[in-house]
Amino acid sequence: MDLFFQQLINGLSLGSLYALIAVGYTVVYGIVQLINFAHGEIFMIGAFGAYATWMVMGQPTDWSAPLSILVLLPVMIIGGIIASVAVALLTERWAYRPLRNAPRLAPLITAIGVSVFLQEFVRLFYGYIPGFPDAKSAIPFPSVPGISGETIQVGGVLIQMTAVFTLAALVVCWVFLWYYVNRTKTGRAMVATSQDPDTARLMGINVDKVIMAAFAVGAALAAIAGVAHGLRYGNIDFKMGFLAGLKAFTAAVLGGIGNINGAVVGGLVLGVAEAMATTFIPGQFGSSAWKDVWAFVLLILVLVFRPQGLLGAKVVDRA
Amino acid sequence: MSSDTITQAVSAAAGGGPELLLDARNVTMQFGGLRAVNDVSLQVHTGEIVGLIGPNGAGKTTFFNCLTGLYKPTSGTVFFAGEPLPPQPRLVVRTGMARTFQNIRLFHNMTALENVMVGMYCRTKTNAIDAVFRLPRHRHEELASTERARELLAFVGLSGTENQLSRNLPYGDQRRLEIARALATDPRLLLLDEPTAGMNPQETRQAEELIFKIRDLGLAVLVIEHDMRFIFNLCDRVACLVRGEVLVEGVGDVVQNDPRVIEAYIGSPQTTPYEQPGPGSGKGASDA
Repeated sequence: MDLFFQQLINGLSLGSLYALIAVGYTVVYGIVQLINFAHGEIFMIGAFGAYATWMVMGQPTDWSAPLSILVLLPVMIIGGIIASVAVALLTERWAYRPLRNAPRLAPLITAIGVSVFLQEFVRLFYGYIPGFPDAKSAIPFPSVPGISGETIQVGGVLIQMTAVFTLAALVVCWVFLWYYVNRTKTGRAMVATSQDPDTARLMGINVDKVIMAAFAVGAALAAIAGVAHGLRYGNIDFKMGFLAGLKAFTAAVLGGIGNINGAVVGGLVLGVAEAMATTFIPGQFGSSAWKDVWAFVLLILVLVFRPQGLLGAKVVDRA
Repeated sequence: MSSDTITQAVSAAAGGGPELLLDARNVTMQFGGLRAVNDVSLQVHTGEIVGLIGPNGAGKTTFFNCLTGLYKPTSGTVFFAGEPLPPQPRLVVRTGMARTFQNIRLFHNMTALENVMVGMYCRTKTNAIDAVFRLPRHRHEELASTERARELLAFVGLSGTENQLSRNLPYGDQRRLEIARALATDPRLLLLDEPTAGMNPQETRQAEELIFKIRDLGLAVLVIEHDMRFIFNLCDRVACLVRGEVLVEGVGDVVQNDPRVIEAYIGSPQTTPYEQPGPGSGKGASDA
């Protein structure tokens, strides 16, 4: 039973990571009907931005735990958010906006191009910043005293502080998003735009701004996920966004793309499913090499039996 | 500068009383080889209800789209309160023009109250920063908006539906909700595109009363409609649009008895093949 709870915790923390990224896919899709395949790279840039912030702060490693959690970590997160939001807005402005009225395939392929571009850009040029390590292979992510490597024992279950951090980040972001979307005028403008952009314009809503807000919100959450990823695995590299992005996209589809709660639920379900599969499926099929297989099998099952996703409503075509 | 003087001259000529609000001058909208709106000029003054009639495909809705910035007219200019209209719909609404749609375009997955509150977007001032930090300004404005939205719902007769999703409302209520949402933008001119389409006679009467109530608030109303009884009851002036051109404009009786209007609707005694009456002719009459 301890094993079950252990894997549940592992799955939830992995799932929170997916969920934080998946929200970005779902928010952008909800408003511009674009699968932003470069979103995984926005997540990667968030991690590299946080790393750069840490470098600029003078690579502090010997701060006390409370100081690290209350100052170092928030500053790193803010640095990551600034980097990823800036890149997301630039890609929106220069890659997607010119194709706003093009057939849907055009921005989709552009997104794949942007994804490759961002990966290669970081790989080739990160090392040119004076004093920075070369990003052609993995870079060890700074450890934050009080979180990295620390664990809490609850009964027979060992909980890593990085897992606690990831879960807490998801909960905070989820509450914040709920408030933003349901209780603010900008949020209402966002919902209205996702339902009918032309009518939203006639209500005085600046649709370009709403779209930028959607990209920015998604990027901010992805940056937090990037930091969480760095803390969890201890290193970052230029292609970390590929698989994570793919999994998060799976999570968004799993929950029902366009639905924020769906993205969160989808992420958690996917994370837990992966963790459980590696433990409870016997033989070689339960080995960690197979965990991606089970994740995508889950996606296929949902697409076959519930194509609108776990929380998605049936889509009615717009008149 | 010159446009101002012209407008003033026009309103002075009109007696100086009601202000000239909408002044569309020689609006033409061309789609490829099709001239959907051809050289249409129309004026609406404050406190006036103006009707726009015409067979289906006459270009009435296209004309509305030109007025609200959804289409950019091929030629011609639209002045609103003396100023040329800004080129984007979201700016047009700020000048004080709001509209409803022929096929209802509510935000279907939002509640009635939220729909109306979206309408207030252009009149509220707080931004995302205020909201994020929950500044008192934001809270006050949210409360005030909610209160005003409730008043507007009550005004159109939709009290008690605040928290229902708009797609679950009955058809007639959806039409009234659309009007409430348009009123939320605090317009001086309201454009209604077939507000009684699909309504039964009783609902049509209610719509009529509502439009009079809106006029009594001091708004001007420009209304497209097929229901002739409705339009001639309601309007101070009626313009008849046929094949993109204004055929007749004037008070109800003049338009109603104009032989060209009758011809456009039900055809001349000897109908030539290419002058078939529009398929929508008489639709309003059969509905009523």
